[in-house]
Amino acid sequence: MKPVPPSQPEIGILPVREASIVEVGKAEGGIACNKHSAAGSVSQRACVFCGSRVVLYPIADALHLVHGPIGCAAYTWDIRGALSSGPQIHRNSFSTDLQELDVIYGGEKKLYHALVELIEMYKPNAAFVYSTCIVGVIGDDVNAVCKRVAAEKGIPVLPVNSEGFKGTKKDGYRAACEAVYKLVGTGSTDDIPPHSINILGDFNLAGETWIIKEYYKRIGVNVVSCITGDARVEDIRHAHGAHLNLVQCSGSMAHLAKMMERDYQIPIKRVSYFGIEDMSAALYETAKFFSDDPTIMERAQELVREEVATIYPQLRAYREKLQGKKAAIYVGGAFKAFSLVRALKMLGMTTAVVGSQTGGPEDYKQLQEMCDPGTIIVDDTNPLELAKFCLEKDVDLLIGGVKERPIAYKMGIGFCDHNHERKEPLAGFIGMANFAREVYSSVASPVWQFAPRRAAKLKAAAAQLNGGKA
Amino acid sequence: MKVISAKDLELDEPQFKHCTGTRNACKLCTPLGACLAFRGVEGAIPFLHGSQGCSTYIRRYLISHFREPIDIASSNFSEDSAVFGGASNFKAGVANVVRQYKPKMVAVATTCLSETIGEDMTRLFHDYMKEEWFEGHPHMVKVSTPSYSGTHIDGFHAAVRALVATLAVPGDRTRRVNLFSGMVSAADLRYLKEVLEDHKVPYTLLPDYSESMDGETWSEYEKLQSGGTPIADIMASGCAQTSIEFGRTLSEYPSAGKFLSERFNVPNRQLGLPIGIRETDAFFEALAEVSGEPTPVKHTRERGRLVDSLIDGHKYVFEKRAIVYGEEDLVVGIASFLSEIGVVPVLCASGGKSGRLKRSLHDAIPTLDDRTHIHDGIDFAQIGEMADTLRADFIIGSSKGYQLSRKLDVPLIRIGFPIHDRIGGHRVLHLGYRGAQSLYDTIVNALMDVKQTNSPIGYSYL
Ligand code: SF4
Ligand code: SF4
Repeated sequence: MKPVPPSQPEIGILPVREASIVEVGKAEGGIACNKHSAAGSVSQRACVFCGSRVVLYPIADALHLVHGPIGCAAYTWDIRGALSSGPQIHRNSFSTDLQELDVIYGGEKKLYHALVELIEMYKPNAAFVYSTCIVGVIGDDVNAVCKRVAAEKGIPVLPVNSEGFKGTKKDGYRAACEAVYKLVGTGSTDDIPPHSINILGDFNLAGETWIIKEYYKRIGVNVVSCITGDARVEDIRHAHGAHLNLVQCSGSMAHLAKMMERDYQIPIKRVSYFGIEDMSAALYETAKFFSDDPTIMERAQELVREEVATIYPQLRAYREKLQGKKAAIYVGGAFKAFSLVRALKMLGMTTAVVGSQTGGPEDYKQLQEMCDPGTIIVDDTNPLELAKFCLEKDVDLLIGGVKERPIAYKMGIGFCDHNHERKEPLAGFIGMANFAREVYSSVASPVWQFAPRRAAKLKAAAAQLNGGKA
Repeated sequence: MKVISAKDLELDEPQFKHCTGTRNACKLCTPLGACLAFRGVEGAIPFLHGSQGCSTYIRRYLISHFREPIDIASSNFSEDSAVFGGASNFKAGVANVVRQYKPKMVAVATTCLSETIGEDMTRLFHDYMKEEWFEGHPHMVKVSTPSYSGTHIDGFHAAVRALVATLAVPGDRTRRVNLFSGMVSAADLRYLKEVLEDHKVPYTLLPDYSESMDGETWSEYEKLQSGGTPIADIMASGCAQTSIEFGRTLSEYPSAGKFLSERFNVPNRQLGLPIGIRETDAFFEALAEVSGEPTPVKHTRERGRLVDSLIDGHKYVFEKRAIVYGEEDLVVGIASFLSEIGVVPVLCASGGKSGRLKRSLHDAIPTLDDRTHIHDGIDFAQIGEMADTLRADFIIGSSKGYQLSRKLDVPLIRIGFPIHDRIGGHRVLHLGYRGAQSLYDTIVNALMDVKQTNSPIGYSYL
């Protein structure tokens, strides 16, 4: 066994971070959020560019060109699980790969040539050009280049102002919405049937959009466009013809929905497709909105009954095994956190720690209300804090992304990937069953008995039992 | 069964499109290499001076390969820092890291952003130390790693050089041997340590992330995973009898070995990465010389068994055609090994651009002929375009070639970095006779598998 390093210091919380952490039941008032990450604290956040890239990437027939040095593009090459039923242009990583001379003399020429060549080679229906940090510093006029290429090539060429340092991931979402909004309203709405919606903020990870779309189809609601799961440029052009925007994914698409509400009077409903409760609510809300056709509600109820009946036996079996286990949640958006708290409850589990990278004050208030006393709530946490809380609360499971995974494993804690890289669909009713299986297959694995921390505990428990007997 | 005629053996010159942009890069950015090298020093925390995104992306990329935590701090530029400079973020950031992690070293690498705004790192260091230094403050090391010149490999070598340049001290010559391994796997590093120990010489292996990036499950929380080259060993590298440095493409590079030879007169031997028999022979010869110990029997036996197995399997691989891609020195080593076993490396490709790839390949492989195409500064789209006419039997390199292997319907032998679609990428052994043995078995078995799978009969005996 490895010797414990000498004088292991307590895992401390940086003073600048204290205001971003609360314990339910202990503190009154809000939580500090919406801030730039503290310097030197190893934030789990990415950057503005990352936010834009995540949101726009699933548009499969568009060219996504990252203007900057190579890293920003290389690290985002085909890492997301966003699926396309047709073209796969989006799965490439295109970069202007700026070199020293470009940095000195400017990268506009390079951007122009790269764009023109790539458009000729791949024949996309639109192009997005992402500005990364140094573009914001060397002063390239990206807009001008985009305009010129658009005129020459006859496709929309849309600049995304996503310089990494100009805010947080949330600002990246916003920049993405601004860019994609330039497409909305450029197509005809003549053939759009009544009872039509847009699905906003689902990215077709592991095919989730397809699951959701199928549900809407079954209840008799027409989907005009998904922004951006399995999206095509053409669909987005017609999006303003929908009668309702259903917005999932807190934050990322709210801005787009608001712009469409302002300019096209399309009402907004916030939904989530994770967990039985939230999934059902999403369908019912939609049916209620289209109450002029009561058969939609009838079909929705029928669908929920059917689907729940299918997965319920499985869930019950998992629940028996998972009853009383404790979980920590650390995800990007707070709305997803709500769904997860509920979904875990359905599996008989409690949430001991919950945090998000980009939640707002309202979100945290709601989290505080829905969690049990003693639950720790954090904004923009870092590996040290996360580890500290997981250990303090002795959780059995951490739900997060790839960056959180090794923290969990090293401490002998189960893990469920609920991020953009996941390859298992977790949305919809079938997704709830998958989620339960994912959680179960980590929490119930026999391997934990060998993890030193757990092994020590088992040993202590056994000793106590023997002592008790003696 | 396909009958091969003489006509089939004639190949068109492989073509690829020249493109201003890069399509699916066969390289990563400079600070990634620096961060990995820094994490191979005991108690060191990498610190990127720039925006948050770079450090998060790099962490995520390293984590997916090593499946280990790696904390990389960032000074986390805001818009103000981009305009007025990142001095205050730097100061606050380092102070926070020192307080929270209690590291033995804060190892700072720049990013494109801090380089572009022309941050004066010497000045920042100076100012920081003047105000914040205290008795027992961790060591501070800095390296300049703009990604717009170079790739992750350059960042790696630059970081190693920065470490010795900052820490090595002069003194009486000792028996110590410095070994600068380059960017190899955790298994490779463990193997190198074993070989050095078998030769009974004191050594400085830099960096050494064999434990910090391939450690055990914790019994208590480890802020910075243990393991890594002890700082005292880096200091002692200035008094070593010799440095051995892997990498044929390094001959003109301002490497760590060169620094020590110029500054402290420590003789520097540059060898190829010891992949395959001849390159490993050269390494063991060098070790025998500097240690005064003949090659231990354990290793001559490994070599013997390797040769025996090459003979057993030679027909399965002879004149098979392979596409090799990755970091330049890895490509040289793998191509050299493939040539030894009768495989033709029909394409040797790298996103790196040291300008030494061709020369190094010819130096390592005197028999190289015009069946081998060599391209540096190239990306995966271009490799794919050339592959159309190369008729490769397998491709060998990182996970990033998977789409290509799928398109060609040939096996991908996963080596190097990153391996994101298999478990244990960091446990792949490439170096030495032992590494050659496991590479050989993997390659032969993959080819046998293809043969077996494609056979209409389905032999269970091959
Ligand atoms: S800005 Fe430079 S350092 Fe940062 S990710 Fe991009 S290439 Fe790498
Ligand atoms: S350079 Fe900027 S845009 Fe690119 S990854 Fe780093 S923070 Fe993000």
